[in-house]
Amino acid sequence: MNAEFPLWEVFIRSHGGLNHKHVGSLHAVDAQMALENARDVYTRRQEGVSIWVVPSEAITASDPEDADSFFEPAKDKIYRHPTFYEVPENVKHM
Amino acid sequence: MQQYLLHLADNALILGHRLSEWCGHGPALEIDMAMTNISLDLIGQARNIYEYAAKLEGQGKTEDDLAYLRDATDFRNVLLVEQPNSDFAHTIARHFLYDTYNFYFQQKLCESSDKQLAAIAEKSLKEVAYHLRWNSEWVIRLGDGTPESKERIQTAINDLWSFRGELLTPAAYEKDAVAAGYGVDLLGIKKDVEHRIFEVLDQATLLRPEDGWMQSGGKIGRHSEHLGFILAEMQFLQRAYPNSTW
Amino acid sequence: MSTQADLEQRFQARIDAEQKIEPKDWMPDAYRKTLIRQIGQHAHSEIVGMLPEGNWITRAPSLRRKVALLAKVQDEAGHGLYLYAAAETLGVSRDQMYEELHSGKAKYSSIFNYPTLSWADIGAVGWLVDGAAIMNQVPLCKCSFGPYARAMVRVCKEESFHQRQGFEIMMTLAHGTTAQHKMAQDALNRWWWPSMMMFGPNDDASPHSAQSMKWKIKRYTNDDLRQKFVDVMFEQVQVLGLTIPDPALRWNAETGHCDFGEIDWTEFHEILRGNGPCNKERLDARNKAWDDGAWVRQAATAFAEKRKTTPKA
Repeated sequence: MNAEFPLWEVFIRSHGGLNHKHVGSLHAVDAQMALENARDVYTRRQEGVSIWVVPSEAITASDPEDADSFFEPAKDKIYRHPTFYEVPENVKHM
Repeated sequence: MQQYLLHLADNALILGHRLSEWCGHGPALEIDMAMTNISLDLIGQARNIYEYAAKLEGQGKTEDDLAYLRDATDFRNVLLVEQPNSDFAHTIARHFLYDTYNFYFQQKLCESSDKQLAAIAEKSLKEVAYHLRWNSEWVIRLGDGTPESKERIQTAINDLWSFRGELLTPAAYEKDAVAAGYGVDLLGIKKDVEHRIFEVLDQATLLRPEDGWMQSGGKIGRHSEHLGFILAEMQFLQRAYPNSTW
Repeated sequence: MSTQADLEQRFQARIDAEQKIEPKDWMPDAYRKTLIRQIGQHAHSEIVGMLPEGNWITRAPSLRRKVALLAKVQDEAGHGLYLYAAAETLGVSRDQMYEELHSGKAKYSSIFNYPTLSWADIGAVGWLVDGAAIMNQVPLCKCSFGPYARAMVRVCKEESFHQRQGFEIMMTLAHGTTAQHKMAQDALNRWWWPSMMMFGPNDDASPHSAQSMKWKIKRYTNDDLRQKFVDVMFEQVQVLGLTIPDPALRWNAETGHCDFGEIDWTEFHEILRGNGPCNKERLDARNKAWDDGAWVRQAATAFAEKRKTTPKA
């Protein structure tokens, strides 16, 4: 019997107010075990206040082949950035 | 109070020491690391109490003097914690039976009239809450896993059942501790402890062993043959090279 | 359609530009295979490395040393885990890698085939072996493969206490009683040359190094790292008041580095062949742990399956 435990990805929120960040993966049979394993493996040095675990197969990743059409178009839309706009110096609070 | 403190610390040290024997040999990496965390918690709890005991004694002793320079007859741990790891099921069963007691014990110890003891208990309680959760889950997984795992954990629970009585049977110094206000009344937690044990065994689809003769003696220094070997290994360096700094 | 040559060229260009390669990126088969082998070996080394030090957990001579050693060996389990996870992103499973380790097909660092004979060995291993490992690992934080580099960043952060713990033990013993000082010197005598061999064969005897350097999987040569190690240890041993067992070791003011003696590689090759003092014990221990744990893993899997099909009310 292949008893290899499924793979899970682990995300940790290091401090209140921050996002969960991907820190690595581990093996567990179910969500409960995954959560506890994550606690035992990835928070030994007070690295977190909150843990998310996700089965690796549930992650959908963008294809690097699509990088051009996915991400290039955003490069020249500089009008989305505040520095594109001129504001006279004597205008405050902007 | 010294006897009482040594009893608490010795329980934690010997149990933590036993569990540390698994390091590097666990059934999976994640499990290995979890058991080591529990072991570190237990030894840490022992250190806190030994330090306090040494201070109270006022003879300039250290935590290491208490841990490494007493012989078996002077140890006050219960028999349960010195039982060998044997297989994973026996280890889980040993910790499960201890944690159910320890969780409710630490809860009550938080109300100790001794501020230091209460503070130590508050910290320990957080750790022990996780130990109880982790070990209970494994009892359930093994009990309701495969036929082999069910047989193994049932055997382990049966084998260790006669050691759980001692946990809830007070020695003279424990009765004194309760009278003085700093100790935990074991009768007061008995119902909760047993209820929790039975609840988990049920969830694990395991049978409750018959209550028979309960082993005892550890609390007053009459141990099983195991403790001698544990101490021989643990204390060797300090005994072979006395008066040295490590 | 890109040709193989185009793809390889673009790949090499990304490496040259210090870009990170991630698991879903195109990569040459050989790059993937080399990484699986290297990361796998690294992971196996961490796991097997738990054993020589794990030997002394129950005999640690003070409670402080006990918890420190326990935490250190636990870290090594963690390192193995991070590295297996990194290798898994390349399409190999952890169980597959275990199978190769347990059957003797996969290698692990030879240093762990030596026995830990005294408490001082724990000091020597922490100081020398972790010291050497750190020298290898810090450059790997900049390796081209993303998951491996990121795992190494985590490993290095945790590793920093390992070497200090070892050095502190050596200091305590070296400056302790006569018996303790002797214990420390004896440990140094036995662990020095194996630690030197940890950096691998001399550069001129290392055929794979060039390609690994080109792919930025390896950032410095074996000899470079070994020289750095000797220079650093030469300074540190003087603080200890111990003697490195190399009569040819001396500071060379002209080169600004230490000259040191020839390594006797026969011992190294015998260990690689499986004839080291503990090769058999280490593999037996790993096999036993794995085999003994099979029923536990099966139980957990079976339990999870049951809960999936009959959810608790």
